[in-house]
Amino acid sequence: MKITLTIDGVRYDDDVEPRLLLVHYLREHAGRTGTPIGCDTSNCGACTVLLNGKSVKSCSVLAVQADGASVTTIQGLAAGNGSGEDGWHPLQKAFHEEHGLQCGYCTPGMILAAVDLLNENPNPTEEQVRDGLEGNLCRCTGYQNIVRAVLKAAGSTTGAGVQA
Amino acid sequence: MIPASFDYTRPGSVEAAVEALAADEEAKVIAGGQSLLPLLRLRFAYPTLLVDLGGISELRGVRDAGDALEIGALTTHYELTRDPLIAAHAGLLAQAAGTIADPAVRHRGTIGGALSHADPAGDLPAVVTALEAVLVVTGPGGSREVSPAGFFADYLTTTLAPGEILTSVRVPKLGDGWGYHYEKFHPTAQAWAIVGVAALARRSNGHVAEARIGLTNMGSTPVRAGAAEAAAAGAEASAAAMRAAAQRADEGTSPPSDLRAAADYRRHLARVLTGRALARAAGI
Repeated sequence: MKITLTIDGVRYDDDVEPRLLLVHYLREHAGRTGTPIGCDTSNCGACTVLLNGKSVKSCSVLAVQADGASVTTIQGLAAGNGSGEDGWHPLQKAFHEEHGLQCGYCTPGMILAAVDLLNENPNPTEEQVRDGLEGNLCRCTGYQNIVRAVLKAAGSTTGAGVQA
Repeated sequence: MIPASFDYTRPGSVEAAVEALAADEEAKVIAGGQSLLPLLRLRFAYPTLLVDLGGISELRGVRDAGDALEIGALTTHYELTRDPLIAAHAGLLAQAAGTIADPAVRHRGTIGGALSHADPAGDLPAVVTALEAVLVVTGPGGSREVSPAGFFADYLTTTLAPGEILTSVRVPKLGDGWGYHYEKFHPTAQAWAIVGVAALARRSNGHVAEARIGLTNMGSTPVRAGAAEAAAAGAEASAAAMRAAAQRADEGTSPPSDLRAAADYRRHLARVLTGRALARAAGI
């Protein structure tokens, strides 16, 4: 089936099997291997991307369902959004500075879920951050620093300076 | 994991979707896919054709229909939590929808899909049961309306006939004096309800004039806690009186025993959670 979608600002036209999952399309057809496959049961959130700006688990969306949509992966996050000298997105920068990752496997999904969270609520409390990231599991259990990173990024994007 | 092969169609109208479904008895409807896609990936289901409702814009959104709200089947859980009409007239639905899974799942999952999937551990079936919603179903022979009790038949089973689609949910607006609360017990942040209680209470002159209670996961379908409703009606609006009424919450239920909880424990939870939910609903 023919599909057209925009991934990280680049248009893709393709012919895919209906059963192809969006995460497989992203990784195998569009080179977005920054989107990992974690649990394959829609629990872990490692494969979270933005679909038309909202977080989704890309293992639980068919590529054909994303026809006509715009997808943002971790590889497209910094483009046009870089605020620092290194061009990183504020959340990427905050995860780096707050040591918000250990093995790094959950990080792309965590960051994209956090982008959605801060779009919804630019000034969240710590509890709201934890609720908003409920669908993303960190197997290293490094949640403290992840939450701290999101709160720091919230402060840097709104200037509100939320305390961790 | 990769699902088995299937054909896929995305019709632009309910009529075309019904036609596609009726032509293939192994076809399945897909909306948000948050229940179906995991089943396909695990190869628990082998449909020959997926009929994607995603292209049918008339099934989206919430409409004011006078004394009720007409909620399109494709309205997502996320939209239920944000819709001003839902907040004003059926807040129980918004509160319960906000407890489903996690934000990413709520962005995709739909009310029509959650009800049609008919998982007894799902939250919305008990909620529409308590709200006395009317489910509007469209099939080859036209549309019909069915009550929640007439819709949920068994574990993961509805009375939808082949070729029929749940197209909308009509929820009567809650009038003055009604309060609501959905109380859900699950031991970890991300889990299905072991038991959930959807409670509505109408308060009048320091008493509860009327109560409606829907139970999640206390049987193979959502059930009303009729004995507790009757006990709450006319009772003083106090935590003690609500706890007393809630002692009858498990009457007439047949909760399952499974790896997560024994039936007796579910009965205990139903009584405790109903007491809490009634108290919150009655504004205590």
